[in-house]
Amino acid sequence: MSNPLPDSTDQYALRMVNIDKHFGLVRALTDINLDVGRNEIVGLIGDNGAGKSTIVKILTGVFPPSSGELYIAGRKVDFRRYNVQSAHAHGIETVYQDKSLGEKQVLWRNFFIGRQITNRFGFIDVKKQKAIANDIMVNTIGFRGRGITVDSKVSQLSGGERQGIAIGRAMHFEADLIILDEPTVALSLKEVAKVINFVHKIKEAGKACIYISHSIPDVYEVCDRFVVLDRGEIGASIPKKEISLKALDEFLLEYAHGRKDKQRS
Amino acid sequence: MNLLKAAYKVLSRLEGLGIALVLLVLYTVLIISAPTVFTRPMIYFSFLETVPPALIAALGLTLVITAGEIDLSFPAVVSLSGLALAWGWKTFDPAYSAVIGIVLALAAGAVVGYINGLMVARIGVPSIMATLAANFFWYGISILLAGGRQQTLAGSEENFVHELLVGRPFLGIPLQAFWSLALAVFLWFILNRHKFGESVMFIGDNPNVARVMGVNVEATRIWLFTLHGMIAAFSGIVLTLFIGVFYPNQGNFLLPAMASVFVGGTSIAGGAGSIFGTFFGSYVIGSLEAGVVATTISGYWVQVVEGGVMAAVVILNAATGKADFASLLNRFRHWSTPERANPELLSKDETR
Repeated sequence: MSNPLPDSTDQYALRMVNIDKHFGLVRALTDINLDVGRNEIVGLIGDNGAGKSTIVKILTGVFPPSSGELYIAGRKVDFRRYNVQSAHAHGIETVYQDKSLGEKQVLWRNFFIGRQITNRFGFIDVKKQKAIANDIMVNTIGFRGRGITVDSKVSQLSGGERQGIAIGRAMHFEADLIILDEPTVALSLKEVAKVINFVHKIKEAGKACIYISHSIPDVYEVCDRFVVLDRGEIGASIPKKEISLKALDEFLLEYAHGRKDKQRS
Repeated sequence: MNLLKAAYKVLSRLEGLGIALVLLVLYTVLIISAPTVFTRPMIYFSFLETVPPALIAALGLTLVITAGEIDLSFPAVVSLSGLALAWGWKTFDPAYSAVIGIVLALAAGAVVGYINGLMVARIGVPSIMATLAANFFWYGISILLAGGRQQTLAGSEENFVHELLVGRPFLGIPLQAFWSLALAVFLWFILNRHKFGESVMFIGDNPNVARVMGVNVEATRIWLFTLHGMIAAFSGIVLTLFIGVFYPNQGNFLLPAMASVFVGGTSIAGGAGSIFGTFFGSYVIGSLEAGVVATTISGYWVQVVEGGVMAAVVILNAATGKADFASLLNRFRHWSTPERANPELLSKDETR
């Protein structure tokens, strides 16, 4: 458990082992052990303050944990050298609810910001970037928006379409693991359906995903497994085939009321 | 129909076209109202001499404003770099004193800009306060070091650097007009085709997005202020060489330069900037005063007309940037409740 061999971890896109995080005296995470399979969609469920965003921030290199180990695709992460840029290099891409795209910028710039295709003087190869961006929109995420091209600005897109762009970008850059942080907050039902559809594409593409949401029906629809986070600890990990949506809903409700003592794993 | 569409597409992509048309209208009006002055080439050559210093500073300012920041300290840099040039000029051997002076001037601008950048990016001082303080401070240093006295660049007319930067070798066209155009082209490529410019736009749009997408926000901001410091120093070099004299209080074109950026269509909100808008905007602003004076209406009217033209242009910008003339009228109708005139504001609040 504590120091697995490389081949035994090969089936995992990600492993968090005994991760603790405290801010001063406040314990944000206690002994987190979380695996995500190579082609698994894991739903991370928990109340506000349960520690979901703390986990995301550790995974994306915003800050290191206080103790514990992180393996990405079997390789151990050196937290002293781990930051937002190197998370990309490790194959982790994150789609945030509202801070993934530059609103006033055109789509082709949004696809490549932070890792532009440039010549050695740093000038951008616009033609190539536009061609690739167009390919992602049409082929990878199946974008069928009317009159939306790589020259459109993000502000012209609906909320669901924006998430589609961010997910498509993540898939293009060979992400092994895509973290979706509340991707459907403040979206209409129709737009949520679009996002769900994009998440199915992640599964089809053979990649892994951590899906964080408050909306249990959405989580149930797209995820293979549900991990319940409660006050900084993992309370339960339930495969989809073992539970119905209704049972999951009731389970969570009871959990929230603190009446659940039976723990499943 | 298709041809019309294609033509519209090409025209709409030409940066600064709107403000270039405003410039054309302005000159047409001036030709009609003051034909004795504006039908002769003299006045235009004079604009090509006098506009570039403020234009150069405004071009750099366009990048700063695109990043969602402001730099109020460039007038002091224009003074300080002029002093550095004048000091190098009189201190070293005439064979290379001009080159040393220019290097010193650019270095002075870079240092001031770098310190601005540190204050803004590292310490987190809002740029309007940091650079306002810097403007007072460095003007003070410049006046202090100069002892409050002007300094003449002895023999500047015969120097090759003078000839190269502000001479008139072809058809009497002042070279500073050419260099400022070259700088505009260069900065257009930096903003629109270079990694650095893209970072600047994303930072101006939303620094948090830029950060999570792997842009080094802090370093980009520091570089940006340093770059603008050097551009302002270049403005000071051109100005001082052109006049042949350094004045400690030179460079007092803060407000005209800012006006040039805004009439050129760059938004104070950041995220997008128009280099050629600023280019033509500078000629609009720079031509107004001389133009209004030449029409022989009372001198008291000069500022009234200037302010009126600026307001008209920025109102046009605000309107055409959104959609069309109808939305402009609509906005006036609902001036007290902007969210009704501009549905975008409403839908944004709903989705948050």
